[in-house]
Amino acid sequence: MDIAPNQVIRLIQNGQTDKALRSAAIWKCLSCFTCSSRCPQQVACAEVLDALRRLAAEKGVAAGGESRTLIFHNAFLHNIRRNGRLNEIELIGLFKTRATLADADLSFLFKDASLAPALRRKKKLHLAPGGVRDRELVRRIFQRCGA
Amino acid sequence: MARIGVFVCWCGENIARTVDVAQVAEQAARIPGVRCSLHYKYMCSDPGQAMVREKIAGERLTGVVVASCSPHMHLKTFRRAAAAAGLNPYLVELANIREQCSWVHHDRAAATAKALDIIRMTVEKCKRNHALEPIRVPVTRRALVIGGGVAGIQAALDIADAGYEVVLVEKEPSIGGKMAGLSETFPTLDCSQCILTPRMVEAGQHPRIKLHTYSEVESVDGFVGNFTVTIRNKARYVDIDKCTGCGECWNVCPWKKIPSEFDYGTGFRRAIYIPFPQAVPARPVIDKNHCVKLLKGACGLCAKKCPRDAIRFDDTDRIVEERVGAIVVATGYSLYSIGKEQADPKYRGYGEYGYGAFKDVIDGLQFERLVSASGPTAGELKRPSDGKTPKSVVFISCVGSRDNAKGISYCSKICCMYIAKHTMLYRHKVHDGEAHVFYMDIRAGGKSYDEFVRRAIEQDGAKYHRGRVSKIVEQDGKLIVRGADTLSGTPLTIEADMVVLATAMRPAPGIESLAQKLNIGYDEHGFLLESHPKLRPVETNTAGVFICGAAHGPKDIPESVAQASAAASKVAVLFANQELSREPEIAYINEQTCAACYACYRACPYHAIEKVQLKHKRAARVNPGLCMGCGTCVAVCPSKSADIEGFTEQQIYSMVEALA
Amino acid sequence: MAIGYYPGCALHGSSNDYEQSVRACLKVLGAELKELDDWICCGATAAHSLNEKLSVALPARNLALAERDGLDELLAPCPMCSMELMKAAKEIAADNRLRDEMASIVELPVTGRTKILNLIQLLERFDLKPSKPLDGIIAACYYGCLLTRPAGIVNFDDPEAPSSMETIVARLGAKTVSWNYRTECCGAGKTLCDEDTVLELSHKILTDARRHGANCLVVACPMCHVNLDMKQAAAGRRYGVDHDLPVYYLSDLVGMAMGLAPEELGVDRHFVVRLHHG
Repeated sequence: MDIAPNQVIRLIQNGQTDKALRSAAIWKCLSCFTCSSRCPQQVACAEVLDALRRLAAEKGVAAGGESRTLIFHNAFLHNIRRNGRLNEIELIGLFKTRATLADADLSFLFKDASLAPALRRKKKLHLAPGGVRDRELVRRIFQRCGA
Repeated sequence: MARIGVFVCWCGENIARTVDVAQVAEQAARIPGVRCSLHYKYMCSDPGQAMVREKIAGERLTGVVVASCSPHMHLKTFRRAAAAAGLNPYLVELANIREQCSWVHHDRAAATAKALDIIRMTVEKCKRNHALEPIRVPVTRRALVIGGGVAGIQAALDIADAGYEVVLVEKEPSIGGKMAGLSETFPTLDCSQCILTPRMVEAGQHPRIKLHTYSEVESVDGFVGNFTVTIRNKARYVDIDKCTGCGECWNVCPWKKIPSEFDYGTGFRRAIYIPFPQAVPARPVIDKNHCVKLLKGACGLCAKKCPRDAIRFDDTDRIVEERVGAIVVATGYSLYSIGKEQADPKYRGYGEYGYGAFKDVIDGLQFERLVSASGPTAGELKRPSDGKTPKSVVFISCVGSRDNAKGISYCSKICCMYIAKHTMLYRHKVHDGEAHVFYMDIRAGGKSYDEFVRRAIEQDGAKYHRGRVSKIVEQDGKLIVRGADTLSGTPLTIEADMVVLATAMRPAPGIESLAQKLNIGYDEHGFLLESHPKLRPVETNTAGVFICGAAHGPKDIPESVAQASAAASKVAVLFANQELSREPEIAYINEQTCAACYACYRACPYHAIEKVQLKHKRAARVNPGLCMGCGTCVAVCPSKSADIEGFTEQQIYSMVEALA
Repeated sequence: MAIGYYPGCALHGSSNDYEQSVRACLKVLGAELKELDDWICCGATAAHSLNEKLSVALPARNLALAERDGLDELLAPCPMCSMELMKAAKEIAADNRLRDEMASIVELPVTGRTKILNLIQLLERFDLKPSKPLDGIIAACYYGCLLTRPAGIVNFDDPEAPSSMETIVARLGAKTVSWNYRTECCGAGKTLCDEDTVLELSHKILTDARRHGANCLVVACPMCHVNLDMKQAAAGRRYGVDHDLPVYYLSDLVGMAMGLAPEELGVDRHFVVRLHHG
């Protein structure tokens, strides 16, 4: 993390939210909720970082260096909007493509490809997974949430 | 026939700027029953008071209304003036035309009219006042001190030295409290027992101090100057008059591995034991939960060995009654128990620090015992897990304190100082040891306190890190302490041999039920409530009961001693006269009309109503020693038998009618 | 007994070994799973990181379906799903305005009254009498994050020192170890987008479990399983250590103790496989 979670909160307290929004820290965060659990002042730190992520994405200021995370989340939501449930192959394909293009790093596209045969053998990769019947409803839900 | 004198004060510009005082005085003269009406720049001054006295004599006044500031300011002044002129002081009323009129309004005409209304109402009230005499309550000039720690000992010695008898009750087998178990005290690094034990001995031998050790207060009845207290002397199973404290009994007791309460579990004691060698009284006690003779009828070696035949296995608890006039509560503190389970569910524990799971994570009092020369390791600091000398010790402040998530919002005040002290004691004993402190802030506000902390850092080499510890784990015999240094903005992990937690100070267990027995208040954390946080720090809202020391709130030894002497001085004030004088504006009950429904008895917050048996009926009666004149009984009485002197229902109705 | 069942995307995706395990285990215990009809994704991390309303609406749709179909309780074996469902249920139940808004978004009434259970909570209801006690298993029980946190939402076990898994595992005749990383995050859903972090964290977890004498890990979360099992080899390569620590789902252990073969539970489909212990 480029700045620590307590420093993220401090920036907001000091009116320097913009700096916090541009930090890589908020994208490095794993949402493990340990911070909120331990805070003696019951500051909902993880939830605050969630809000910062949403704001940063909205404003288009998500930090370089951690943009892969944002690309991943966007690809994930795109996938759900289309399918109602996760289609893993589609997700991996979309994510890898976008991330590779964003970083201009071709090696990323093929990383972990070696796991594919094992996953296939173990019947963990579904080429045509069963899905949601009422997909239009899912699209409407997304639309109503502005997503 | 009423002959009321009205005296309207200008109060310089305070009243006169907004209220036309002269006009008000002139109009007040026309109120029926008013004999004379004057105004003056400063009624409370000597000439002003002289005016009042002259008029009382000259006009043979039956009552006086001074229209001025709040009664809180000068009611006593004018009552004294009236008394000097021969008028009963309770026939004097103050009409507040300053705080309740001139200071809160701007419109001169409206304020003037309001001032006249206030005076008119007060005149009506004054007409119906009765001449009253202060209530005299006899005082038993003996004091009870509950708690034999440093505060209790100080209070007891002061009161006894002032010439009064003191009953000192302590629930442990010896007096001394927490201070007897400390190693050295800040900021002087005095040996705690060396400075305390002379006081303990003095208290034990003082001709006017009666010690009840291993005893607790069972019940308290009565009121200021006249308390009846029952005390339970728990069975020691040792006759302390015959016993000489020779130690033959505890040396021969085979049950050696009972965790010692005095050592907070870092050492052991026997089933028959003396808590520490300097105990006062220096007499053992048998732990009935571990003594095999008491539990199963076997052993009894101590009795066989005792040269004075002082062991009494057939001993029982004894109840003793003491009569006292004042009570001082000095029950001290305990430390926040930081395991998972808390007695009170509103507090959560600190599982992430591993206290209770890791042997080498201890609290501040346990550390004191481990470094104390009279402690279980004779002052050599050894790890509880393997007995080795720790080469790296981490001290963590604010464990529980200032932690709203855990339920404790307050600062425990002493920890910053004792942590600095601990680092110094540690470095003095282990010259190549590393002392690390994780702190949030440093609170060192007393005399030489900040210098003391700087000394720990600059001379004794303690390393201070500003930040909290998130987790402690054990690995290969070391404690891995994961924390943060927020000044540099980095995480910080330290491998320690021992961790000392500065846990929150809480009131002693059982404080709430004791407070209820004494009818005194306590806050949400159990600390006893003072009458006024700034001006009456050692009094309670119950007359005759005083508080001092850590029972009132976290504090260190100098403050506890100061408060103890303060409480003792309050007791001395109480005892200065053979009788107590109380304000007579209290409730009274018309026993003829009283229906003995006892709604007042149930409602009275001061337990000041007594149930009495008259010749042909029962009734309720107000105890003039306890009644505080709150008026609750008047409000609940269905037969209108209860009323308050100086604020009767008739007076209040007449004031309302005067406005209409 | 019958209970509503919300598998979530992982259990129908590459963590279908977890679903196989849960189904086989509950079948032998005599529980009937009623899969929620036409359930949709709960939103996972992506939704709450990018769109607050969506992060409530997606779970809300599932809660509404459960209410419509008369399912008072839902088993959600993935703690991400169970936490998001509980969170949405709690917020909807406490706020009428939100409840009405969600109802119009998800096109079904929803009150938030459905009780969500994680796998451990469901297994606790059974009086487990193992026919094949698991001696030979020395388990490090790994809770991860979302089973016990945020405490205000999931309200389950002790977030600093949990013991619910150990209790069940001990009942099965296995030994459990006391170790230091029981509630430390494994890297969660960052498997694809921040692999370095996942490998670092998983490596620490696996190392500590081994150091404290465990010969396997037990989890109740599909993301944890992926990071600790599927990625175990990669972590090993990165740090030069062969962890060789099989990672069981809690339902694997329960099923095996009740006499099922490991293959029936999908244990052979893990990446680090050991079919026999002791």
